Amino acid sequence: MGLYLARRALSLTLSLIVASLVIFAVIEVIPGDPAAYMLGLNATEDTLAALRADLGLEGSKVDRYLAWVGGMLTGDFGISYTYRVPVADLVADRLWVSLPLAAYALILSTAIALPVGIIAAASRGSVADYGIMGATQLCIAIPNFWFAMLLVLLFAVTLQWFSAGGFPGWDDPGAAIKSLTLPAVALALPQAAILARVMRSALLETLDQDYIRTARAKGLSRGQAVLRHGLKNALIPVLTIIGLQFSFLIAGGIIIENVFFLPGLGRLIFQGITQRDLIVVESVTMLLVFAVILVTFLVDIAYALVDPRLRRR
Amino acid sequence: MRRLPTALLIGGAISAAFALLALVSLVWTPHDVATLTIANRLQPPSPAHPLGTDQFGRDLLSMLMVGSQTSIAVAVVAVGIGLIIGVPLGLAAAARRGSLLDEVIMRGNDLIFAFPSLVIAILITARYGPSATNAILAIGIFNIPVFARVARGSALPLWTLDYVMAARTAGKGAARISAEHILPNIANLLIVQATIQFSLGILAEAALSYVGLGAQPPVPSWGRMLAEAQTMIYTAPMLAVLPGLAIVLLVLGLNLMGDGLRDALDPRLRRGRV
Repeated sequence: MGLYLARRALSLTLSLIVASLVIFAVIEVIPGDPAAYMLGLNATEDTLAALRADLGLEGSKVDRYLAWVGGMLTGDFGISYTYRVPVADLVADRLWVSLPLAAYALILSTAIALPVGIIAAASRGSVADYGIMGATQLCIAIPNFWFAMLLVLLFAVTLQWFSAGGFPGWDDPGAAIKSLTLPAVALALPQAAILARVMRSALLETLDQDYIRTARAKGLSRGQAVLRHGLKNALIPVLTIIGLQFSFLIAGGIIIENVFFLPGLGRLIFQGITQRDLIVVESVTMLLVFAVILVTFLVDIAYALVDPRLRRR
Repeated sequence: MRRLPTALLIGGAISAAFALLALVSLVWTPHDVATLTIANRLQPPSPAHPLGTDQFGRDLLSMLMVGSQTSIAVAVVAVGIGLIIGVPLGLAAAARRGSLLDEVIMRGNDLIFAFPSLVIAILITARYGPSATNAILAIGIFNIPVFARVARGSALPLWTLDYVMAARTAGKGAARISAEHILPNIANLLIVQATIQFSLGILAEAALSYVGLGAQPPVPSWGRMLAEAQTMIYTAPMLAVLPGLAIVLLVLGLNLMGDGLRDALDPRLRRGRV
């Protein structure tokens, strides 16, 4: 286990280094002056020079990269050019919208998908199975941001059960959770569809296994055998997909936050883009990529804990 | 001949219908989408405008038809990038299994996979300006590892087969064997994967256009039509519904076609599919 952990940690570090190099390259190395881009066409030579000095553009690229990475390691994400406050402060507030949203969506997606997948597998070939598979096929094809708009149309415009957007803050947890509900549902549905299909096929796979036959021979009904022995094994592929989905939910949240005007990391990135605040864009992107890579790492570790076979590879 | 899977027929028909619409719209649309007739704005469906008009008086059906060009073109080129770069990489990795080349290609793939594609797409379009070309690049880059992986995975078992051995004895090099003997045998899988990536490309393009990072005005695109409709969701809900339906229908058609193709081309995969 120690060796496995060390190898995974090494690959985590490598991924992060490459990710930071790519982001740095896209923003700062490839031709074009970031300062000129940020200030637009009407910038004077003086303001350009001042911003270049601000950004440290006069120094060598290697120095700048090291300063950026070193800063992030100590929690210094740079100063936002438009807000004039540390990016770390901007991020801290918004994290409390983006992370709960992703977690909420993950819980919803899992809570919907697992029972639905199990029902479909248990009634393979029946009308219920075909209905479920058809519905999941449809849900996979729905862009989550459009589904979000339909939810707004139905629950905010027509029924007026929810507000169409905005976030009241965590002072009133009930209101906060309520305002995250429509976004979380919009994020969760396409993911739940994928997960339900994975659950179904993983469970069907176990039905042909010897241990199920043994359990049946010992007198368990088909349902009991599947629930007691099949489900545990079927959960392995399901867990992988859940892990992958969390990273997708973090990224997918960027778009959904825009539909509902939620003050999360996604809004921050887009504000950074429209205001040409490359410092914000660069650091927040790195943070998102870090979150995604870290989750993948944790899933790998969780996996190895559950399934000893993986440690030996 | 074996009966074609129903999914393939339905999916193929939907996809072909959209392709046809896009092609027709190149030469003809019911109305010109470049002319704005404010007097005609937000008309309900009528014989002249079967789906009604938008906030600038443009015919919605025509807009949707022209919008399909953008979606399809972006997705096609993005899949093309994945195929043209990814497949040779995958074949090369399979031909030199376990070599440094193989390691480098596969680790590079892992890294791209670890990135949230949407975030990088946003990064690219943020730095180089929003445009259809940048959207294509951003989506296409993430198709490369997908095709490399499929090509490598399906080519590996073929290298142990007798006919490949025979070709080697006949003095053919790895590149020639890959092109002449391996590629034709993995083409089925690549076609199925291309269909899947195509539908993912449509969704990605819609998302990028929706947040304003895809095709720019005046080029109509489904994603941007949705973004514009959102501001008028109280007054003209249909504007928010129709472009979304178009996306869902096309993606559904492509997914069904992909499933159907997989069944038709490789019956072994029929079981245990997700």
